[in-house]
Amino acid sequence: MTTTAATTAGSRAATAPAVEIHDLRKSFGSVQALDGLDLTVEAGQVAGFLGPNGAGKSTTIRVLLGLLRSDSGSARLLGGDPWRDAVALHRRLAYVPGDVSLWPNLTGGEAIDYLARLRGKPDKKRKAELLERFELDPTKKARTYSKGNRQKVALVAAFVSQVDLLVLDEPTSGLDPLMEAVFTEHVREAKAAGTSVLLSSHILSEVEKVCDTVTIIRGGRAVESGTLDDLRHLTRSSVTAVVDGDPSPIGAMAGVHDLATTTSDAGIRVTFDVDNSEMGRVLPAVSALGVHSFTAQPPSLEELFMRHYGDELAADGVPAQGARSKAGAR
Amino acid sequence: MSAVTAAPPSSRAEPARGGTTLTGTWGQVRFILRRDRVRLLVWSLGIPLLYLGSLPEYTTMLEDAQGRAVRAALVSSPAMVAMTGPGYGTDDYSVGPALANELTLWVVLALALMSILQVVRHTRAEEESSRSELVRAAAVGRHAAVVAALFVVVVVNAVIAVLSAAVLAANDLDATDALGMTVGIAVAALTYGAVALVAAQVTEHSRGATGLSMAVLGATFTVGTIGNMQELGGSWASWLSPIGWAQQMRAFVDLRWWPAGIGVVAIVLLLLLASSLASRRDFGAGLVPDRPGRADALDSLRSPGALAWVQQRMSLLWTAFGLGIMWLAMGTVASQVPELTKTLQDNPVYASILGAGDPVAGFLRIIVLYAALGAAVFGIVGMLRAKAEEDAGRAEYVLATPVARGRWFGATLGITSAATVVVLVVGVAAGAAGAVFTGLSDPSFGTILGAGLLYLPAIAVFVGFAAVIYAWVPRASTVSWVLLEWAVVVALFAGLFHIPEWAQKISPFWWVPDSLNGDVDWAHVGGLCAVALVLVVLAFVGFRRRDIATK
Repeated sequence: MTTTAATTAGSRAATAPAVEIHDLRKSFGSVQALDGLDLTVEAGQVAGFLGPNGAGKSTTIRVLLGLLRSDSGSARLLGGDPWRDAVALHRRLAYVPGDVSLWPNLTGGEAIDYLARLRGKPDKKRKAELLERFELDPTKKARTYSKGNRQKVALVAAFVSQVDLLVLDEPTSGLDPLMEAVFTEHVREAKAAGTSVLLSSHILSEVEKVCDTVTIIRGGRAVESGTLDDLRHLTRSSVTAVVDGDPSPIGAMAGVHDLATTTSDAGIRVTFDVDNSEMGRVLPAVSALGVHSFTAQPPSLEELFMRHYGDELAADGVPAQGARSKAGAR
Repeated sequence: MSAVTAAPPSSRAEPARGGTTLTGTWGQVRFILRRDRVRLLVWSLGIPLLYLGSLPEYTTMLEDAQGRAVRAALVSSPAMVAMTGPGYGTDDYSVGPALANELTLWVVLALALMSILQVVRHTRAEEESSRSELVRAAAVGRHAAVVAALFVVVVVNAVIAVLSAAVLAANDLDATDALGMTVGIAVAALTYGAVALVAAQVTEHSRGATGLSMAVLGATFTVGTIGNMQELGGSWASWLSPIGWAQQMRAFVDLRWWPAGIGVVAIVLLLLLASSLASRRDFGAGLVPDRPGRADALDSLRSPGALAWVQQRMSLLWTAFGLGIMWLAMGTVASQVPELTKTLQDNPVYASILGAGDPVAGFLRIIVLYAALGAAVFGIVGMLRAKAEEDAGRAEYVLATPVARGRWFGATLGITSAATVVVLVVGVAAGAAGAVFTGLSDPSFGTILGAGLLYLPAIAVFVGFAAVIYAWVPRASTVSWVLLEWAVVVALFAGLFHIPEWAQKISPFWWVPDSLNGDVDWAHVGGLCAVALVLVVLAFVGFRRRDIATK
């Protein structure tokens, strides 16, 4: 598992937050895209912005970029007003759209130069370096690029400029795993250089790898937010153990859920979920049963996600406890 | 094999049964009809209604011998020939011959436009957007989409021909002649549809395919018109144009069917050409593959204006060149006008209606009007590029950089306006040059050019109107064309349809002074400039206020 150093949020809190959204609302006709959203990205932090398609992630980003005007609520970007101070703020940020559309008759290299020049003086050496790292051929016309390659153009154009804030809207869609790794590396580099990052995604592992904080959005409203550790405290771990004694009393303990047992030659195989806060009490009880083998899975974002969307998925006929039932089957 | 589920019913076959390259054609046809039901219905009813609407006007106008003689003389003037046909039946100009002579050109142009857009929309545009990749991956034959697109165009043109003939026959015109006229028109329109299919194989982009087809339409229109002007009934040049074939059917005068046969042969040859070109290229590709470009942008590409210029310069070059050639060719006929009208001058009726007017100036006025129309179309197309940029998400992308709304909008508007001025000036200058080179001395080159420049404020109104619509109600951007369409109707048919003056005044062209035939009313010029200015200001205000929408 990755060892995410969910660092302290307070270390850089001296400056104004990179993004500060409070009770933001935006509707398109009868569709309420944002319904009282709260979101904060502290300066220097990498903030994950998670949610399924249609949750309102892109709408939020477009409001932050001054492309959409909100109906009510407040949004501050780098201490300024996203609508009124758009041009000044845009000098300090770079944006990667989720679905990059380029000018068909420009080459990738030309598009990168154009976008970077609008933002300021691009660094030629850095461009060459990024092209190399992302393995992008800049001489091809944009219309011949695949989706992944268009995405690379946008990423290079964003990373080539030195900015205070990166706004990334599902930036890795269409990238292969190798390129995703390169992307992750660059986000970490940017963070080390003091850049704040707002990373919207529905790819959980991506967020888990690089983000300090996570906000989960659903139906235009933040349903959960905090550091990864904060969120993990709210969740359960999946335990699988093979023991000698009868595990059924454990099922009655506080914080233990969905206990199941099967008997095998090796002993009694037991699986259950336990609230992390209760782990300290449950562990001695398990070990008292004579443990042959023991595995505990830390909660993944997958599970965080499933908790928030589980009921919705259940309504669609998908098992609500997908993550847990997978563990239980083992 | 699981792809079978996504296929139309006809191909829900076991793999063992196989399929041809035409498998799924019927499903495609129904799909096209479903997608285009509104626009095809509008076309199918609109054209017959056009005939229905013009019939009473013609009946009243041509009621007595005097009326027939006047109209016949009028349409024999070179300026009018450039707007009508070769002049069959002018010795006894009753309703039938008048309809065939005056409406064939415009109905062919309209239906050719429809056929071109329809063919490109369902072939190259689909391929370009990779939507057809989805379809082709299903159990649909390689040729199904193309055959289906053609089939629908043929059916729509046939339906329009039959309905139109029925309308004419129901109004006491000979049914066979009516059918001859409408079938001739349908064949001509389909010829341009076949041209579009060839163009769709040659270029990779629907915009290019449409442009190429339009260029063919423009070139044949020009050549045919010059042929019609050279002698009564048309010269050999008239036969170089599909429009000419339709006109040469001589409906209501001395109907003959074989000119339509030329069209059918041309269509077959074009389809063979398209099919042979298609077999030489890959899916999604054109005949001319892309070459690698520059890895770094030129130093000049550093502002939205520079980008707008890069995007528009090729289309400007080709439009100015193509239209320039057309108007140059038409201009060369100007010096022959006195010769052509000599016989008419002896005609007392003609003298009584056109006595004061100078036929040369009248003809030049038409060239200038055409050049202005071409520039207005170019201007509106250019302005609406902003809409395409926004839909594709490129506007959003650029506006997320330190580029102000007004700067981005101004870049498109500014480059479009400058390019439109170039298209107009080149067009009018080309027409004037054609006239002057072939010996015309009065009016002078400068006078003709001046008459063209007087159209600039009106063209600015068209572009400003498109800008306002786009800035305030981007979804309704196509409404930008309505004003131009109205201007065309007023310019060409105001007298015929007895359009009331207040309605004519809606057309910006109505206010353009005719400096070739009279004095310039500078108040009108100033008024147009003021309207254009207000529209542009409104557009900027609107664009700064609204949400940017990506589709």
